[in-house]
Amino acid sequence: MMDWAETVRTAIAALNARRMRSLLTMLGILIGIAAVMLTVGLGQGAQAQITEQINSLGSNLIIVTPSQTTSSGGFRGGGGSASTLTTQDAALLANTAVAPDVAAVAPTSSVSGSLQSSDSTWTSTVVGTVPDWQSVRARTLASGRFFTQSEVDSSAAVAVIGSETATELFTTGSPIGQTITINGQSFTIIGVLDSAGSSLSTDEDDTVVVPITTYAAQLSTSDNTNSVSSIYVEGRDADSLSAAYQEVKTALLTAHQVTSDDADFSVSTQASLVETATSVTGVLTLLLGGVAAISLLVGGIGVMNIMLVSVSERVREIGLRKALGATPSVIRRQFLVEAGILGMLGGLIGIALGFIGAAILTPVLGMTVLISAPATMIALVVSLGIGIGAGVYPASRAAKLAPIDALRSE
Amino acid sequence: MTHMLKMTGVRKTYSTGVVQVDALRGINLDVLAGDYVAIMGPSGSGKSTLMHIIGCLDVPTAGTYELDGTDVSSMTEKELAEVRNQKIGFVFQAFNLLSSLSALRNVELPLVYAGTPAAERRERAMAALTKVGLADRVQHRPGELSGGQQQRVSVARALVTDPALILADEPTGNLDSHSTAEILDLFDELNAAGRTIVMITHEADVAAHATSPWHIYDGQLRDEPIGAGAAK
Repeated sequence: MMDWAETVRTAIAALNARRMRSLLTMLGILIGIAAVMLTVGLGQGAQAQITEQINSLGSNLIIVTPSQTTSSGGFRGGGGSASTLTTQDAALLANTAVAPDVAAVAPTSSVSGSLQSSDSTWTSTVVGTVPDWQSVRARTLASGRFFTQSEVDSSAAVAVIGSETATELFTTGSPIGQTITINGQSFTIIGVLDSAGSSLSTDEDDTVVVPITTYAAQLSTSDNTNSVSSIYVEGRDADSLSAAYQEVKTALLTAHQVTSDDADFSVSTQASLVETATSVTGVLTLLLGGVAAISLLVGGIGVMNIMLVSVSERVREIGLRKALGATPSVIRRQFLVEAGILGMLGGLIGIALGFIGAAILTPVLGMTVLISAPATMIALVVSLGIGIGAGVYPASRAAKLAPIDALRSE
Repeated sequence: MTHMLKMTGVRKTYSTGVVQVDALRGINLDVLAGDYVAIMGPSGSGKSTLMHIIGCLDVPTAGTYELDGTDVSSMTEKELAEVRNQKIGFVFQAFNLLSSLSALRNVELPLVYAGTPAAERRERAMAALTKVGLADRVQHRPGELSGGQQQRVSVARALVTDPALILADEPTGNLDSHSTAEILDLFDELNAAGRTIVMITHEADVAAHATSPWHIYDGQLRDEPIGAGAAK
């Protein structure tokens, strides 16, 4: 029996003898593999960024947001877009008797505000909240201080601004102690936040944080000054997070006198947010990857086509090899190995192209293209599999050739 | 003397669509070890079919065929491949060398399929090429060799497995008279050294080198030519 090394050597010699054709055949697999790697890499990159962004919101975070009921009961009281969450809800959740696993609660409302400093004007998101916001959102201060509970109680006109906002508003000097106007109301800046460190979005760094009472009195556009747009809740620790989640949900259901089927709010954890975002990008990745995979299939058909041509061109060679003692299975293996090598070489070059493409696309698109080691391995195995799969039919045709017919053809 | 080849009542019938062609109609042929047999016949006489069956490239429809003591008449394709590999050395009219391989690699081919280790393969192929006088041409590709040299490479390839039988199908059909003489001398030498040779040809002067000439007409063997045929 012919050994493997000799089989591979013969296959490489045969492919090398038709170099241009082998290269063109590989091109189909090559482009397919590169396309699949790039689309999947883009999807995985987007997923990693979203996950990182959600995780940068804080730790052990539970987010309560208002939602419209989906039950067939029709409209709820208050109607329209009015928030169903209030500062009373936040106070309820802060009560340790009600929710013992909750460490801190930060109700927030936000509005777009036009800012004016002595230097320039700028538009940013203005958030009204409480001092606990800082710990719940895991934010630190670059300079100055955060506002206190007593400033909340007294509706003080003080503001803490994001690092991005600070650079936009003040070209020189420290912003601390400066006065800005927000939608025409004067505020004194008492602190500047550190950058949130999220690479994708600078929203977290372009913000103005003011006491929720001041926000309600001077900036809110809502009729109900008690309403808030969301409530951030920090769990005591990672282990009791699901307990905290249940407590929050139960407390609000009871307070709002609704069942979980027609709840007018939704409670999500970071994990559930990551899951939702991941499932969306996952579907997108699958879709794009699927389109790319079709090109891989076309590449496989190309390999099959060329292998069939190759078999009919080499009828005499096959006949001679059979006359000299090659059994049908040896001939079959010979062509399978040839097709496999075509597939695998195409895959290898495709992977290299994928890496180059990722290096080029990352700065161009401003998105991370994440090509993982498992994805690379899978790509290699798939390209080898496609090559061999495409070789099965041509190889069995070659194996079935009768030696006399093969020798006769001239 | 031992029988190298023994055919009894071998028939071969082809059915091409509706027509049935009796290519061989009862061939009885005994070849002893060390014989040099020539089989002559015009085209359409069945000599190619006979060559295919002798060469184990095809199996007879009826009758028995023993090669070197083994009945090969009802073997599977895989078994036939092994018999061809071990017992028969082919020399074809068109040389049938692989153009992309060197002379040495061409001669090694039967040993590759026999599973011979690479070092031994090389050694035996070198020895066979030396025997046919091409020791200085081993790295040449067929395209770089003359017709006579190419045919000598294929004789070396036929010898390399030390087969029971050398089967030559019109070995001089593509050669000029000088190369023809060279190849026929080579066959004479091999036969003198004890090789069994069966040669298919339509040229009488080529067949004259053989110790026992046979004639095939309409699928049957005769020891005399008929009509104003090819032989004297």
